[in-house]
Amino acid sequence: MFKELKILKHHGKQYIEDLRKQSISPLFRGRPLISEKISEEEINAAAAVCPVRAIDSRTGSIDLGRCVFCKECAFLLPESIEFTNDYRMACNDRNDLIIKPGDKSSLVINEMKIRKEIRDLFKGALKLRQVSAGGDNSCEMELSASCNVNFDLGRYGVEFVASPRHADGIVITGPISVNMSRALEITYDAIPEPKIIVLAGTDAISSGIFEGSPAIDRSFLEKHHIDLYVPGNPAHPLTFINGIMDLLGI
Amino acid sequence: MIMNIERQYIALKNNAPSEALKNVPVLSYEAFRERIISCLQDENKHCVSYYGVKTDDNNLRLICCFADDSDNSIQIFSAIIGKDISSLDSAAVESPQVHIFEREIHENSGIMFRGHPWLKPVRFAHNRADTLKTIDNYPFYFIHSEELHEVGVGPVHAGVIEPGHFRFICNGEKVHHLEIQLGYQHRGLEELFISKQDALQSCILSESIAGDTSIGHSLAHSQLIESLSGMEVSEGLQIERCIALELERIAVHIGDTAALCGDIAYQLGQVVCEALRTMVINTTQLWCGNRFGKGLIRPGGSNYPLNSEISDAIVDLTTAISKRFGEVTDCIYLTPGVLTRFDEIGVVTKKQAHIIGAVGPSARTCGIMRDTRKSHPFQYFKKYNIEPVILDSGDVLARGMIRNLEVHESLKIIRDLLKTWSLEKGKIEKPVYSYKLKPENFSVSIVEGWRGEICHSAVTDKDGKICHYKIKDPSFHNWMALALAVRNQEISDFPVCNKSFNLSYCGHDL
Repeated sequence: MFKELKILKHHGKQYIEDLRKQSISPLFRGRPLISEKISEEEINAAAAVCPVRAIDSRTGSIDLGRCVFCKECAFLLPESIEFTNDYRMACNDRNDLIIKPGDKSSLVINEMKIRKEIRDLFKGALKLRQVSAGGDNSCEMELSASCNVNFDLGRYGVEFVASPRHADGIVITGPISVNMSRALEITYDAIPEPKIIVLAGTDAISSGIFEGSPAIDRSFLEKHHIDLYVPGNPAHPLTFINGIMDLLGI
Repeated sequence: MIMNIERQYIALKNNAPSEALKNVPVLSYEAFRERIISCLQDENKHCVSYYGVKTDDNNLRLICCFADDSDNSIQIFSAIIGKDISSLDSAAVESPQVHIFEREIHENSGIMFRGHPWLKPVRFAHNRADTLKTIDNYPFYFIHSEELHEVGVGPVHAGVIEPGHFRFICNGEKVHHLEIQLGYQHRGLEELFISKQDALQSCILSESIAGDTSIGHSLAHSQLIESLSGMEVSEGLQIERCIALELERIAVHIGDTAALCGDIAYQLGQVVCEALRTMVINTTQLWCGNRFGKGLIRPGGSNYPLNSEISDAIVDLTTAISKRFGEVTDCIYLTPGVLTRFDEIGVVTKKQAHIIGAVGPSARTCGIMRDTRKSHPFQYFKKYNIEPVILDSGDVLARGMIRNLEVHESLKIIRDLLKTWSLEKGKIEKPVYSYKLKPENFSVSIVEGWRGEICHSAVTDKDGKICHYKIKDPSFHNWMALALAVRNQEISDFPVCNKSFNLSYCGHDL
């Protein structure tokens, strides 16, 4: 008994009080800043080094839906590209994930594009089903961590459930392998309407480094509306949590 | 390189320069098979990789790599199978540990292995020989019986984990047989290493083989590239890599302890270990900006050289973990309610572990001394002698306990390595992406990840381009251990058995 109490005393308070304002390691690779003054030559060099074609060689913008956050473009051009530790990168509009030279503000949810039923029905409680479809298990572990003793997303009534029948939506990780495509469709169909779809991690949003592999099948995404994009490699728990809170208006 | 007199094999060392492909002896298939069977009777040897490479004239070259723990060598030999040959004699009856490799070769090339007990599909790879067979129409093994019933689980599981299908055949509550069917995670990784020849793309791919082992797999990849290109890295960098690898091991082992406690509803153990794991991965994030160490390991150098600030943070971490993980595991493993759920549950015997060629903690909990940090040392482990933890009960308790003991061993390794690092820290080079690989060469690279032996091997063509890339995650051997562990167990013990192994789906499916 005393041993347990001692452990609890050392354990102390673990939960993050304000999930909106939690500070994070300065080296964390979050939302990039691209200098307005970036030259055409520099853009071409950055686009050439990018392993996932996330940098547009015409405009110099970085697509966070494609970016694997390796930071090699910033190592190459430290004067023109910088990765800040801003983890608030989740959006509901795919185009908002494209960061243009000169963009300085945090990414925000486009309120106009949130389906009305989402806040009406899910604000107090959102139960999610997670489907890993070729995910590498880092995104899955970060989603688990979102509900752990530190991040405790459950405080807002958001949690992962064990059956699609109990769920209000699906969180997809991974580039969607051919071998998982049918199981993903079946899981989605088993969730009662209305339901949301969240894509967590670069692999899910754009297939990332797996682009062009004959072993992936992304046709599911063409058929359905996506409610939230959570970039990252893997998506950090705070990116996911802030995205969900923004979507629900918490 | 040591050439055997009869030229039956060549012996390479781990983390050493590559070898010209022409020096790998080509045996007749009969001699090749004989060699597999005779060598694997020696308990010091096990199969680390065995696969087929398409030759220029469309034949299949089978390449087999054995690790010999008695002399730290990796023995390699091969056989060429003509394109008109459709079946071969299996070696799996005499040497069961090659069963999975023969299944993989069969699935990819269509070659039938005569006498193989069960040429069950491995992962339904996109480039498999028989595309009529799909993962969705796979006929599971079944037994006609009035008494038995089946329980199907997956591919999507109840928790936030990767997909795989488990089919139990039960007699009442007792598991008679468990069939594990994987492949849902198949992303075509090995072929992507060939289609994307770019150095940085290959690094990112290697980090995504299994995201929970990013450091282990990216180190195996970088080591392989350094071997094929003749690059040498400084001692300082080798030390940093070993520290990163041990941090990964500590983080996962603590996370697994939390998960084991969670499965038996022991909340104190679960929440305390979850918080401790967060501390470890946040330290990795402090070092390189990513909680899983993505971006930390690169060929030839590092973008995130260790500095005194991070080194101090790691030292503080080891002190805190040592104390707090120590006190919570004392509590966990002295609680009768925990022990009744772990003790003598899911036993894998030493004999079984040898037969299936188990690696990593799954082997070390069955009394087998198999730790490549000691037997096939790489990076700074060539100079730093580790003491592998060996337990012998082969049950869930042993697999829980080995995590506890290995965390403390890794903490000691990190403290010792940091001391060495602080004395002789030199300048760390930038990563090298413009390397040139030696043409028509072969190399193999082994790293002891937290799950066990990771093996990457590659063959280059006449232009020095990678023309075959083979990845072997330790789970490839160890999934069979899980299937054996749950035999004759209560089905309700499956979750703790599964967690106690914590095997990789994506590392297996590639």
